[in-house]
Amino acid sequence: MPSATAALDRVLSNEQDILREWVRLQLAASSVHSDLIKENELREQSREFLSLFRDAVLKSAAFSTSGEEWAGVRDFLSKISRSRAVQGFTPSETATFVLSLKQPLFALLRRDLAKDAEALGEATWATTSVLDKIALYTTEVFLKSREEVISRQQHELLELSTPVVQLWEGILALPLIGTLDSARTQVVMESLLQAIVRTGAGLAIIDITGVPTVDTLVAQHLLKTVAAARLMGADCIISGIRPQIAQTIVHLGVDLSAVTTKATLADAFTLALRRINATVSLPTPKA
Amino acid sequence: MEKIPILRMGRFLLVTIQVDMHDQLAMQLQNDLTDRIVADRAHGVLIDISSLEVVDSFIGRMISNIAAMARVLDAQTVVVGMQPAVAITLVELGLSLEGVRTALNVDKGMELLREQVGAAGRI
Repeated sequence: MPSATAALDRVLSNEQDILREWVRLQLAASSVHSDLIKENELREQSREFLSLFRDAVLKSAAFSTSGEEWAGVRDFLSKISRSRAVQGFTPSETATFVLSLKQPLFALLRRDLAKDAEALGEATWATTSVLDKIALYTTEVFLKSREEVISRQQHELLELSTPVVQLWEGILALPLIGTLDSARTQVVMESLLQAIVRTGAGLAIIDITGVPTVDTLVAQHLLKTVAAARLMGADCIISGIRPQIAQTIVHLGVDLSAVTTKATLADAFTLALRRINATVSLPTPKA
Repeated sequence: MEKIPILRMGRFLLVTIQVDMHDQLAMQLQNDLTDRIVADRAHGVLIDISSLEVVDSFIGRMISNIAAMARVLDAQTVVVGMQPAVAITLVELGLSLEGVRTALNVDKGMELLREQVGAAGRI
């Protein structure tokens, strides 16, 4: 066993001292977040990490992201990072969990190797490099779990944002809200076409009142949706075109002449009723 | 050799595509259908593609060609029952089948054909 690791191992045998000092430092550093994690929970996590860390150091001095010796430490850190990502810790707070271990370890190393400056330097470097790698690994896992949360939310948002409602027998409405990009258009198109198959509706009103901007790309997406619906045998009406959007469409030179357009959803609905030969009338007031 | 059957229903011809289309089959259908339109003096053609799940640009163009040929022979064509995935594929391929009439199902397709042929003053 190299001398650096031997010293580290000697130091790590003072588990109680390290733990006390380490937990104190962590609590001082993350005083803001004492509401997110309880002191005894933190102590328990620290104790578990310390014992896993010691076992791993005994087997192999260098941290590796794949080696079997460090599997225990890695699993434990993944668990902690994930739970902290969910609890709302910042990345630096999570990394501090590992990095704050340096100070108590260095203090003990200094005491242990007070006579031998060269060995102290070596041991400090070995400890620092292994802890840095672990901290980086922790941050990576933390970010990865945050990304997972984001992508799940994106997916949920996509599903939420495309309701197809039936207005009348044979008339569907698709109120679009928010910016249309390629991924969303794909979902919108699919859900509209599936609703057409399911309900057998011959008319669909696409309402774009909630679409903030219409550029050439959005217009092209809309035209594609209309063309696909037509191929299946359903007609589309686009409604909810605001004055500014009408101006933009014309300035951009987008040709919407192949599609029936209406200013409001009410107009579109009236037209749709007329197309299926249905009429709605208000009751005549009594004289 | 497999062949797509063409059924006669009064003044109309009914084609139901129930197998995977391949190029040879599409060519064969094009030949058979034009022959039958002339032989049966049909005024309308209804093509049901509700079982068709895969299309490529060739099949897409065949459908459009068949409709154009039928029009030349004075018969209206209605394509019915296109699956959402097929419709999206055709649009992405840039084949929006201009000039081909479409309907949701055979029922509505027949209604459309009757309207069309009736409007043209032929009984």
